[in-house]
Amino acid sequence: MLIFILRRLGLMLLTAFVLTFIVFYLTNLPPNLEKLARSEGSVRMTDESVAAWIEQNGHGGSVLLRYGQWLGVVPGWTRVDDKGVPRGRCFAAGTDPTAAPRYCGILQGNWGHSTFFRGPVLPNLAEKLSATGWLMLWVMIVMIPSSLIIGVVAGMREGSRTDRVLSTFSIATTATPEYVSGVILVALLASPVTGLSPLLADWGLIEGKVLFQGAASPDRITFWSFTLPVMTIALYGIGYIARMTRASMTEVMTAQYIRTARLKGASFRQVVLKHALRNALIAPFTVIMLQFPWLLNGVVIVETLFNYKGFGWTLVQAAGNNDINLLLGCSVVAVFVVLVTQLISDIGYVFLNPRIRLS
Amino acid sequence: MPDWDPSQPILEIDHLSISFFTRLREIPAVMDFSCTVMAGEAMGLVGESGCGKSTVALAVMRELGKTGRITGGSIRFKGRDLTRMSDEELRHIRGSEIAMIYQEPMASLNPAMKIGAQLAEVPMIHSGMPKDEAWKLARQIVADVRLPDPDRIIHSYPHQLSGGQQQRIVIAMALMAKPALLILDEPTTALDVTVEAGIVDLVKELGEKYGTSMLFISHNLGLVLDVCDRICVMYSGEAVETGSVTEVFDKMRHPYTQALFRSIPLPGADKNARPLISIPGNFPLPHERPPGCNFGPRCDYFQKGRCDAADVPMFPVPGDDRHETRCLRWQEIDWDAPPAKRDVKERAPIGRVVLKMQDLKKYYAVSTGAFGGGARKVVKANETLSFEAHEGETLAIVGESGCGKSTFAKVLMGLETATSGSIMLFDENVQSTPIQKRNTDTVSSVQMVFQNPFDTLNPSMTVGRQIIRALEIFKYGKSDAERHQRMLELLDLVKLPRAFADRMPRQLSGGQKQRVGIARAFAGGAKVVVADEPVSALDVSVQAAVTDLLMDIQRENRTTLLFISHDLSIVRYLSDRVMVMYLGHVMEMGTTDQVFSPPYHPYTEALLSAVPIADTHVTRKRIVLEGDIPSAMNPPPGCPFQTRCRWKSQVPGGLCEREVPPVQTLAEGHQIKCHLSREVLATMEPVIRIAAE
Amino acid sequence: MEDLTYTAILGRVIAQFLPVWIALVVTFAVSIAFKRRLGLYGKLFDSPVGMIGFGIVMFWVFTALLADHIITFDPYLQISGMKNKPMGTVLANAAEGQYSHFLFGGDHLARDVFSRMVMGAREVLKIAPAATLFAFMVGITLGLPAGYFGGRLDTGLSFLANLVLAFPVILLFYLLVTPEIRQTGIPVVLAALLFLFPIIFLTVLLNARFFTDPMKRNLYVGAVLIIGAWAYSGLAFNADPLGVWTMSPNMLNVFVSVVFVNAPTVFRIVRGIVMDLKSRDYVAAGQTRGEGPWYIMLWEILPNARGPLIVDFCLRIGYTTILLGTLGFFGLGVAPDSPDWGSTIDDGRKTLSMFPHAALVPALALMSLVLGLNLLADGLREESLRD
Repeated sequence: MLIFILRRLGLMLLTAFVLTFIVFYLTNLPPNLEKLARSEGSVRMTDESVAAWIEQNGHGGSVLLRYGQWLGVVPGWTRVDDKGVPRGRCFAAGTDPTAAPRYCGILQGNWGHSTFFRGPVLPNLAEKLSATGWLMLWVMIVMIPSSLIIGVVAGMREGSRTDRVLSTFSIATTATPEYVSGVILVALLASPVTGLSPLLADWGLIEGKVLFQGAASPDRITFWSFTLPVMTIALYGIGYIARMTRASMTEVMTAQYIRTARLKGASFRQVVLKHALRNALIAPFTVIMLQFPWLLNGVVIVETLFNYKGFGWTLVQAAGNNDINLLLGCSVVAVFVVLVTQLISDIGYVFLNPRIRLS
Repeated sequence: MPDWDPSQPILEIDHLSISFFTRLREIPAVMDFSCTVMAGEAMGLVGESGCGKSTVALAVMRELGKTGRITGGSIRFKGRDLTRMSDEELRHIRGSEIAMIYQEPMASLNPAMKIGAQLAEVPMIHSGMPKDEAWKLARQIVADVRLPDPDRIIHSYPHQLSGGQQQRIVIAMALMAKPALLILDEPTTALDVTVEAGIVDLVKELGEKYGTSMLFISHNLGLVLDVCDRICVMYSGEAVETGSVTEVFDKMRHPYTQALFRSIPLPGADKNARPLISIPGNFPLPHERPPGCNFGPRCDYFQKGRCDAADVPMFPVPGDDRHETRCLRWQEIDWDAPPAKRDVKERAPIGRVVLKMQDLKKYYAVSTGAFGGGARKVVKANETLSFEAHEGETLAIVGESGCGKSTFAKVLMGLETATSGSIMLFDENVQSTPIQKRNTDTVSSVQMVFQNPFDTLNPSMTVGRQIIRALEIFKYGKSDAERHQRMLELLDLVKLPRAFADRMPRQLSGGQKQRVGIARAFAGGAKVVVADEPVSALDVSVQAAVTDLLMDIQRENRTTLLFISHDLSIVRYLSDRVMVMYLGHVMEMGTTDQVFSPPYHPYTEALLSAVPIADTHVTRKRIVLEGDIPSAMNPPPGCPFQTRCRWKSQVPGGLCEREVPPVQTLAEGHQIKCHLSREVLATMEPVIRIAAE
Repeated sequence: MEDLTYTAILGRVIAQFLPVWIALVVTFAVSIAFKRRLGLYGKLFDSPVGMIGFGIVMFWVFTALLADHIITFDPYLQISGMKNKPMGTVLANAAEGQYSHFLFGGDHLARDVFSRMVMGAREVLKIAPAATLFAFMVGITLGLPAGYFGGRLDTGLSFLANLVLAFPVILLFYLLVTPEIRQTGIPVVLAALLFLFPIIFLTVLLNARFFTDPMKRNLYVGAVLIIGAWAYSGLAFNADPLGVWTMSPNMLNVFVSVVFVNAPTVFRIVRGIVMDLKSRDYVAAGQTRGEGPWYIMLWEILPNARGPLIVDFCLRIGYTTILLGTLGFFGLGVAPDSPDWGSTIDDGRKTLSMFPHAALVPALALMSLVLGLNLLADGLREESLRD
């Protein structure tokens, strides 16, 4: 078991290195750097001065070397510019280079300077990440129980009317990406001109013009502002997980050991709760964990749609403003989240399944 | 249920009819079925697959699924009609009064629950027994079904046990509530014969100990003879004959029962002098049953206008105890007349050596542990295998699971290369030549017939196309037309209509698919054919036809047939020489007569004793082996069979546990791998005795 | 002339789709008449769910094909005074021969939402099925040997597949679909790589089957290679001498990215099925008569994997549609005034709370197409299991 976890960890680290390198390479493409030079320097720079700027700011040389510096396993660059001021990766221009550490990559906690936030990447990113954390917490609270219940109830009696209704609902929600469900929910519940809100306002049932707010902010988490973004992300996941749970449940319900349990004289309740549930939930567990990459998508779309200043919003801003360090930081976080959930899913699967655990 | 009188039948099925309803039509599965089981009686339900025997069993449990429905008749258990019971009443009967044992023990146990919990659940549901008491009872019953170390077993999960142990657990589960009726649905089909023998003994013993009545469903007549008092033979949804076991076996009064017995290889049958007689035609599909007698179209005694006029009722056979038959002409037929058409065939001469294996070894390196880590281990799938096979000869390779017979086939075919040793095929050493490097002639002259008829043909290619592809690969013929012609001839060879060329495999029955598989194997004029259990998945009546076909083609082409099987009856019937394997070792080899008569290798002796024989004149010595077959990953030291051998004490000094026995040659061509001295071997008695008629 | 009521809008929209209705009725009538002879496709018409799904999908397919006859305005035309006008607004001063109303209202640039939605179908269906097909070619060509041979090859390919799958899709799009990346030529390199797979696939497929008959083999493989090289030069390098095969750099970038994102999942599915099927006896029968591995993979295993693959193909077109919408929503890889559904939703969401129709119309269109594909896949799955 320990060997298994260690192997998975090793593989995960390898994946992380490869992925971050790809991201580093793609964000530091020459055209991106030129764009950065023009936005930091001046728009009307000549091609020569752009090249010089890139060289001066440590973006020249081999990609591998720069990746090493960014990671913190290669000493940060230092040079003296035309004016004789020493510059380097690990210290601000004008400070004493000898006092600065030799290595300053993300491993040392130096995630670089964000041109968008006009400040260091790490604290800004951490703040946005915590905002997204709240959003995700509520998404999980809504999504996991409801999807599992829907899936189990639908799969319990395959082909029944309940099953048909719930399955149709699940299919419909998986066919609705976040940018569609978000638009529909806002139009239905948060628009002063269409949907429910004008009706409710007319009848005097709500005080403001709209039932739910069409925008959200991490500073003020209320039921009225959070419902729509949470529902938008959760809906897609509910459908998906519910379908997986249902498939797994129907398969288990036709298994021979369920027949054995029934022919032992166990009641339907006992059969479902004691015999079917545990076996049926092994597969969805993996699915829930592997949903994280997709949830990240949802987060980006919903935060853009509801103007919620969290991680997804930051990612969009970083990409849109060619903020290389911020984008790199976002990527590291995203890749890390995905890999960790994969690891948890692998290990959890083994723990849930005695057939694998004990062989 | 206090108002039930024990002298009354415990189970009384009366004119039961069951149908399955699909979107298109109603499919009757069981029609007009009646049978009675008295207290303490064991009733055998026999028939080929699809005859409705399992449906009857499930109907007794009222477990027919969403599509199945009882359309008529009644099932009375202890006088109460099960067909009219509410779900709640049924629930109290299931598991406590009637329990069931299933075909696949692994699938029948919940993989995520401990054995103890699954057992203890039964009394907890039915008598509200407290948990720790129920676990204590579980432990006791586990000991009762003779499982070693019950404390460890009740705390393990199903996958940690072997197949035989799992089946014992399923039996234990059924006994937890001391039911009055036990339904066993092919309980040993998935197990090896030596393991099966142990289970059968256990079932019989427990039945007597607890006085439980049994409904025993099986396709194996020999097994029914071993276990049951009474028998009911089913054909195409109907009971055709019922009575006490000895009467039905010795004085059958239905043509189907008679045909069934004539098509199974009993001791005394011989492929040349007394070949088996297969039942002509095919089993009718449920919605295509003929009018009148269902067996009519395949029956030798069929009379047009009479047998197909109206449904046939059951007739009592006077003089015998509750013996009934569903045949209009049962009084007119001379039941003792010998079969009319038994064409005696000439014995094929045996020619030169075509295949010679010398000290063949095949080892696999596998990694243990579930997560890819762990130590690497060597599995010795084949250990010093030496033999030769002659032209026109049938060499049977006998053994149970894990004996290495499939690995041997793979090595011979060139799908794997041997670790060491030589394989001489027509004076050419092919030992280390993988199949891609063999020339077309070699490849086409060694072919294989596979076990599972449902798997042997590609489901998305027509039958003709699959045979033509083999011809293309074997570079037969110059044009497509020539190959097409040859394909039709091959269909003729395996006695299939030429129209089958355009059919898809799913439109064929199991036996027909197996014939196509044979045609494909002989497409390149194969000289050596490896038949890996070619008939074990087929019904008995079809088995005879397919083995006969193989024999005929062999006689004509002078093919060398390597017949891999676990079924000793069929091996005795068709093979010239026999090789018995156990955990990768050849334990015994010799002519069929030598192997089937003493002195035996102790393993052969046990194997012979374990195979049930459907003949009341045969008496067998019961030798039940302890435990299960050891895993090939972890074989015992010394002699591989020493853990289960009953003769071990006859070898002094614990030699069996230390050294692999040497090969002794007992007679010309008869060798065994055993430490027993010749003197001890000479004292062995025959396992099977046929009483004089 | 007055603004239209909702009933009138509905009536006019239905009338506008007349060519589509005719095509649908013909398709259904023919299919149902011959359903017993049409295999799995025919069986689809036994399942209500499958039929509904198929109907919705074909509705959009015909809409895309016949879009020119359905639209009421040029989707790029801006008409003054129609900015953000609600559904059914009449044109203030319609020119001669011009349609009298904006059926689904006007967007923030005073264009006709209805016509843009219809044209959007064409934009989506131009890419989604083709990209999915390419992803399948790549996934199958790599998944078959990975599952069949196992070992190092499998480990390596699975690692690569997992690598791509570990990227959050949006991040990958933000990195891969940018004007800057087009300057570096990376999309062309990727296209050159990915577009090779269909040619390899078909060549190996035909060679494995016909190598016993060199005449036929040379003919078929030669034809594939010539046509393949021709299309390849045009699609990947935009260098088709005849100018038949061509793809704009924008579209190439989007296309390649979508294929790149989808292929690893297909790879995993194919690999799983192959691992299951390779232990079958008919595979062993092929091996024992000396068939090459590619024949066994492509002709013995692949045809028997078609059920789950067809089902996944339908689901995956839906998924690709969602991905394309996502790209449009973030304005990646599309022209700013493109009528594709993703971009129109993005345009519309800025005025969402006051004028929801501009975003709602393409959103519902996209949802119905994906729903149709999902239902179709469900129907196919149900019917293919029923054998």
